[in-house]
Amino acid sequence: MAGVLVLLSIALITIYFRESSGGGLHQVQSAGATVLRPFEVAADRVSRPFRDAYGYFAGLVHAKSENNRLRSEVEKLRQSATLNLSAASENADLRKKLHFVKSSSYPKGYDYVTAPIIAQPPAAFEQQVTVSAGSSSGIRLFDPVVTGEGLVGTVVRVAHNISLVALLTDDTTSVSAIDVNTRALGVVKAGASFDHVGKDQQVDQGDELVTAGWKAGGLASIYPRGIPIGRVTSVGQNEVDLYKHVQLQPFVNFKTLSSLVVLIPKNR
Amino acid sequence: MTADIAKGAAVLFVAAILQVTLLSQIDVFHGAPDLVLVTLVGVALLRGTIFGAAAGFGAGLVVDTATLQTLGVTSLLLTIAGYWIGRYGETTGRDRTHAPFVSVAVVTLLYSLGALILHYMLGDPASASRVLVDAFPFELIFNLILTLPVYALCRRLFRPPPSGLEEVQLFG
Repeated sequence: MAGVLVLLSIALITIYFRESSGGGLHQVQSAGATVLRPFEVAADRVSRPFRDAYGYFAGLVHAKSENNRLRSEVEKLRQSATLNLSAASENADLRKKLHFVKSSSYPKGYDYVTAPIIAQPPAAFEQQVTVSAGSSSGIRLFDPVVTGEGLVGTVVRVAHNISLVALLTDDTTSVSAIDVNTRALGVVKAGASFDHVGKDQQVDQGDELVTAGWKAGGLASIYPRGIPIGRVTSVGQNEVDLYKHVQLQPFVNFKTLSSLVVLIPKNR
Repeated sequence: MTADIAKGAAVLFVAAILQVTLLSQIDVFHGAPDLVLVTLVGVALLRGTIFGAAAGFGAGLVVDTATLQTLGVTSLLLTIAGYWIGRYGETTGRDRTHAPFVSVAVVTLLYSLGALILHYMLGDPASASRVLVDAFPFELIFNLILTLPVYALCRRLFRPPPSGLEEVQLFG
């Protein structure tokens, strides 16, 4: 009996496989499918609520896992974007420094060490930063520090591998400066004012100030001549004071510093 | 016997319709429960080779007709499956608790292999890794989960045949 059914199945397969789509067995199958259709429709309608419920929960599970995957992907992309932005910013900064080092305004007689800033001042009133280069790189006390934009400050403490740099905006920093247009001499203090400029000297708003780089006998300024400091923003004077009141805006944006160039005298 | 045929036909017909309309749409890594196969195991275990083979043949025809697949493919596989399970039930396995689970596990594997070979011979696109590696574990789990309620229903519909030893009450 079972053997007959097996043979019958094989015969069905053979005939069905060999005949055309309009063949007898196909037509029988088509008729059978038509008969079965109402049962299938009924089963489909009965089972639809269950299927919808299954689809709903399966969708929820899928949406949850999809949500987790997308969140993780967004987080990775965000980190990647931040790293890219940081790298691009650092790249631009280093290009500026390279350009400055190769330019004609780079002071002669000086080597340089590029050092990234590794620590910022803990409070706004401490205008100092720590850079990751020290005496092992040839840095000494009072070496001038610059960027492509201009003067940053001076080294005020040196360790083997790190140094502390007092920024131009630090209260203790004073720099002899000269007005490029009028040759008026003075002292830039705390990166904000151009002091000791006599009333007989001329300083105009918009003038550019650079380091004076003086020499007197055996003494010399710690800053080489001609490093840009800033631009004059206001000029005033009164009857009482001996000197003019000159305000300036430094060229360097001290809030966005990431690495600095320490100038090292060659003849030291 | 006629009642058994009617009940068997009804149960397998419902199983086949549910299979093609509802259960085939469940897709977990290409695996879906096979209610027809599990029901056939229950029926064949309790009613033997001839009944199993005939039930498999009929159920296969319904499935092939409803899904417009090559007529006879599912019939062939289910006929052999029904016969083998019926033989197992008649000889050793019918009264054992684990018999339906063992039968379902073995027949699920053999059915998948057989279907793969048959479709390959007919020139249908059949991926062995998809059928045996991806789908088979989930199909096996689904079928084993279905075994308990389906076999319980089959036992209610098809009382196991009495064993050879029965108590005889003598009158007088």
